[in-house]
Amino acid sequence: MEEELGQIIEECRIAVEDPGYPAIHQWLEDNPDGKVLGHFQVYFPEEIAHAAGMLTLKMMGFDSSVQIREADAHIAAFVCSILRTSLEQGLSGRLDFLNMYVTTPICDAARHISGVWTRRFPEMSCQILYLPQNAASPHASTYLVGEYRRIAGIIEEITGTEITDEALRASIELFNENRRLLRELYRIRRETPWLVGLTESYLLMASGGAMPRERHNELLGRAVEIIRSRDRRPQDKVRVVFEGGYCEQPPIEMLSVLQDVAYVVDDDFMIGLRWLTEDVATSGDPMENLAVAYLEASSYSPVQRDPRKPKEDMLLRRIRESHAEAAIVAAPKMCEPGLEEQVAYDAALTEAGFPHLVMEFEEKTANFEQARMEFETFAESLLFEFV
Amino acid sequence: MEPHNVAIRPALSRAGNTREASRALMSDWWTQLGEADATAAPVANTFVMGSLAEVLNAFDIPMMFPEIAALQTAVKGKSMDYLLAAEDIGYSPDICGYVKVDIGLHNTGREHPLGKYPKPAMVVSSNMCNTYIKWSETWERQYGCPVFVLDLPGWRGTGFEYSSTSETFRNDVKYVEGQIRDLIDLASQVSGKKFDIDKLREILGRVNRMSELYQAILAMNKNRPAPFNALTEGINYMGIANILRGQPEGVEFMETALAELEERVAHGVGAVPDERFRLLLVGTACYTNFREFVGMFERWKGVFVASEYMSFAGGGIDRGVRYDLDRPIESLAEQILITAQPSMSGIFFSHEWQARMAEEYDIDGICYHGVKSCRTTAAGLPDAREWLLNNANVPGLFIQSDLVDSRLWAEAQMRNRIDAFFESLQSRRVQAGV
Ligand code: SF4
Ligand code: SF4
Repeated sequence: MEEELGQIIEECRIAVEDPGYPAIHQWLEDNPDGKVLGHFQVYFPEEIAHAAGMLTLKMMGFDSSVQIREADAHIAAFVCSILRTSLEQGLSGRLDFLNMYVTTPICDAARHISGVWTRRFPEMSCQILYLPQNAASPHASTYLVGEYRRIAGIIEEITGTEITDEALRASIELFNENRRLLRELYRIRRETPWLVGLTESYLLMASGGAMPRERHNELLGRAVEIIRSRDRRPQDKVRVVFEGGYCEQPPIEMLSVLQDVAYVVDDDFMIGLRWLTEDVATSGDPMENLAVAYLEASSYSPVQRDPRKPKEDMLLRRIRESHAEAAIVAAPKMCEPGLEEQVAYDAALTEAGFPHLVMEFEEKTANFEQARMEFETFAESLLFEFV
Repeated sequence: MEPHNVAIRPALSRAGNTREASRALMSDWWTQLGEADATAAPVANTFVMGSLAEVLNAFDIPMMFPEIAALQTAVKGKSMDYLLAAEDIGYSPDICGYVKVDIGLHNTGREHPLGKYPKPAMVVSSNMCNTYIKWSETWERQYGCPVFVLDLPGWRGTGFEYSSTSETFRNDVKYVEGQIRDLIDLASQVSGKKFDIDKLREILGRVNRMSELYQAILAMNKNRPAPFNALTEGINYMGIANILRGQPEGVEFMETALAELEERVAHGVGAVPDERFRLLLVGTACYTNFREFVGMFERWKGVFVASEYMSFAGGGIDRGVRYDLDRPIESLAEQILITAQPSMSGIFFSHEWQARMAEEYDIDGICYHGVKSCRTTAAGLPDAREWLLNNANVPGLFIQSDLVDSRLWAEAQMRNRIDAFFESLQSRRVQAGV
């Protein structure tokens, strides 16, 4: 069974790490007329595209395996790495299979990406999905339904397929199943973190953004089963929550360094894939259900304004629910919203007297020695404290 | 005897009127804010893009524009004191300097070089810049004041058309109108005053007039020589357009400015004597070393005949605001979407606007000034520069420094690049036989 799990994780690793997008190319080979929609972080209602038979690809950025050759000539130096690597992928032709590219105005730097993309790829439909930034407004859900329908209309034009309520309900079912499995994986992490490594869990989760969801459900379903049946004993490791991975991702090697010293019992990596926290209803108007779920049953991040979900409170809740003993409050380098939120998190945790480490990371970091030292020192200080 | 080459400026009866008016109005603004702070009267913090001054003025709530205040600290040579105070409490060197100046001010006794820096009783923020939202959350945490975020859907991408009958426009208007009504309730609560729709109507009427005048001011620079420098005087016009949006003094100021410019044009007086190069500024200026920055262009007799800043920082006033006074609230929602929204989205997709400006204002080159503080205006500039060169044959200069962080000012490097740019403009002229 471990061998089977190893194979599953390897398939996930390739989907996440290979800048050539093999899983997408495989799908296109099997579906020669298929259309692909790329979407930039953080959240996109993939069900809508799926209901029209379109494959979705989530832009995740890359580690040092993607060399920046052209992107720097198109974007200022003071932006985060994920913007540069994802643009590089486009400029180098690796994303030529995309028929549509959607960004959401998550931050000021990312808003420029849609401008650059529009100028560089005039033939591609480059769309901006304006998710509500006044999420608590009583008018937000009606607005969002209209915005989803607008995007659906463009998808219908590109695919030549009408998005029926029936098809959308079926897609919601599929994605509900995916989110259920992800919740299960994270439940295992919270309750029995010794059963699954952080890198395993990360690859299993993130790969959903880079392969057909049907396949992802198969892999994830089987992986969860195997993980549950593992016979492993807990080690003497500190339980920590990692916060700050909602957009740019730390390199996998950094996660591997972290898992050596701690059990990461919860995190916000690639939170868009887990943005909806409950099953989306399939009865009634499915488009409305998706919009309401985005607003009413969803996670949090520094790039969504919702006064009903003060971020510090949400982080403290995540910490409480996962019985963490400490937190790592990270932010990507040059990430304006992440760095700003980090100050608030730091203040809230300090006030609560909760041990935490404040750090910056970059997806392209290749030297992990400093991270190792920071994590080890932090973990040791905690173990010492708890003795 | 050879005639000597010194430009003799004719004596103009209106010379200096605008500058004096702008100084007096700015000083009144600070006095008003200081008095509000002293008497604990509610002040609203708001931003130059999407201020909703129309609504706040309808309740006589004084407005603090922290971006303008931050800029002023830099011009006064004080920004670093506040900025470093914010870094001391954990704010990264890599985030917007305006935010840090403000945080520094709020955490060091609220003494601004121009007056008392008031505490906000409420905040009107917007998604015009995402940083506005994060910034507003700092006041929410510090003072517990209500934060209203005006959410304005922007330009949506390839093939997007925003006609007043389109479904997307109707959907957006409904959303924005609902939000404006929510803000009216909030402003009423905070000020303890009842909403008076006729007062709003009057304010909207004055914004219409200000917008007309502002557009006429901008158009003055189609003249050769250009009567004002968008980099220097333009900032004053912009500042007053914001702090007095919809006020009688705002209208008067625009009239004064326009009259002065008309006089200059009638007498052939340019902002920069012996104008040689006409430039467009994309991005913002550098305020910590403002004089040096301006001087580097002026010594080549380069004048900024237009700036993107005079567009996006005006909340749509350059696009021709035309409120329908019979339907004030509905029209406010519609006009924000038709004017302020494109000036915001314009920052990201402004290549076509730049090409049009180059044509209409007979521009020789574009200066793209990337400021690390402000990703909103700066992140995509290198790409826009390349597009303009390849598609509209307009050469561009890309330079970098900052709004308020003097650590990012590298004078020699800046000067070299600017000199090289002007030399290249000169040789283009020679090649073109001009
Ligand atoms: S990592 Fe931060 S700055 Fe970069 S795109 Fe994401 S939110 Fe924006
Ligand atoms: S990022 Fe730019 S527009 Fe936004 S607050 Fe800072 S200076 Fe202003």
